[in-house]
Amino acid sequence: MFSTARRLALGAAASLLAGAVGTAFAQTPASALGGATSDGAAAATAPASSQDKPSLFGGRGKLLLTSGVSSIDGAAGGGLSPWAVIASYAEEGETGATAHLSQLKTDNYRLTTAGVALGVNDRFEVSFAQQRFDANVVAPNATLRLDIVGMKLRLLGDAVLDSDTWLPQLAAGAEFKHVEPGSAVGAVLDSVSAKRSGVDLYLSATKLFLAQGVLVNGTLRLTKANQNGLLGFGSSDNNSYRLKPEVSVAWLLQRDIVIGAEYRAKPDNLAFAGAPYRESAWKDLFVAWAPSKRLSLTAAWVDLGNVVGHSRETGPYVSAQLGF
Amino acid sequence: MQFTRFIRSSSCAFIAGLVVAAAAHAQPAPAASAAPVAPVAPVADMVGRKDAPLYVALGGQAGLTGLVDDLLERLMLDRRTRPFFQNVDAPDFKHKLVMQLCDISGGPCKTVNANMKKTHAGQDIRRSDFNALVEVLQETMSARDIAFSDQNQLLARLAPMHRDIVNTH
Repeated sequence: MFSTARRLALGAAASLLAGAVGTAFAQTPASALGGATSDGAAAATAPASSQDKPSLFGGRGKLLLTSGVSSIDGAAGGGLSPWAVIASYAEEGETGATAHLSQLKTDNYRLTTAGVALGVNDRFEVSFAQQRFDANVVAPNATLRLDIVGMKLRLLGDAVLDSDTWLPQLAAGAEFKHVEPGSAVGAVLDSVSAKRSGVDLYLSATKLFLAQGVLVNGTLRLTKANQNGLLGFGSSDNNSYRLKPEVSVAWLLQRDIVIGAEYRAKPDNLAFAGAPYRESAWKDLFVAWAPSKRLSLTAAWVDLGNVVGHSRETGPYVSAQLGF
Repeated sequence: MQFTRFIRSSSCAFIAGLVVAAAAHAQPAPAASAAPVAPVAPVADMVGRKDAPLYVALGGQAGLTGLVDDLLERLMLDRRTRPFFQNVDAPDFKHKLVMQLCDISGGPCKTVNANMKKTHAGQDIRRSDFNALVEVLQETMSARDIAFSDQNQLLARLAPMHRDIVNTH
């Protein structure tokens, strides 16, 4: 029932997660483990440290909005793109999680996304997301399901506090995707030799220019996905990876509100099959509000461009993210 | 052909990103919000200036003194930061911090370059602890009606100190 690719992906994710969590806890500072300090000082003069021992879960050490929101693929970042930030408010030495629910409604289609993400030590992120795409306009009862397992590793840099340098925070990630297209759309995918599984690899650079309150992200994604994977991966015309750029810009209006814009270029592997299958870049304008570290709400206007015969699919997007 | 297209589209996106970043960086600092210039006798050498925009936005010497008073009070109330500040010599700490903020905001104070690593070495400070202080400072500034853009400018000057202050990973 599970395809080999999916099993491999989930296995890889599980082992990497176990390894990362283990590494993260190995780095828990000694002071948290009962106060025995290396200099052997008496208890009365033990170094001061926070009364909060690093929590096993639910760390909230990051500043508000500095872990982005949940993207439609499940990774932390903007709405369309993964950023170099690690999910949740968990800081170094902490572990945290997020859960999100999002919906995009364009003129002819609806996309619903749900997912969870785990952030470990502000270094490693794993996410699970499922997209349901209502394509009834194409064929009755046509609902595409796209499962995405994401992994991200922060390589270097600090997006927020390194305000005296241009060096951004850098992260590398992978998104393992598998689509269940249903029989009608499945037949279309078969006719163009689009595969049901694929992997996106990406590199993201994120920087908050703190003095100006402006965040910029650039992502380079290696992908074969057609419409992000909803129409499979690759085609008989093109089966090689494409390198596509993505840019997000966000302005912090207040500590808890940010507005911004995103642009995400995409491959065009199915263009040979005719004009209805041409792909456009995805774009959006968004506003995100975080009343607390437990909740953030995002609203956006999204432009998907050409989606299977409808040339200008645009519409509103709403998303809610819970933080644990 | 495909290769040329990818080079073009990737370069365009990167250049766009860099242009935006450069523009954001090159923008003149937003004008400091109007605040009464506190009549203040210049302290020590006149290295900075008493009309430096950020120093003025923070309320000059009187404003900074009030800010640091409020800040220490809040640091003692917040359970995340209290352990680090409950044993400080309050008058000495406040004086030093006012001078440092005056200096860093361009005001007319000259401070001896404090060794941040040394002064914080006696405590185990994690990133989450540093961020907690930032949050309390943000709350203090907001309570004193300091504009968000001015808050960010001050934070931008203070943030790099995390490298010397955070000593526990």
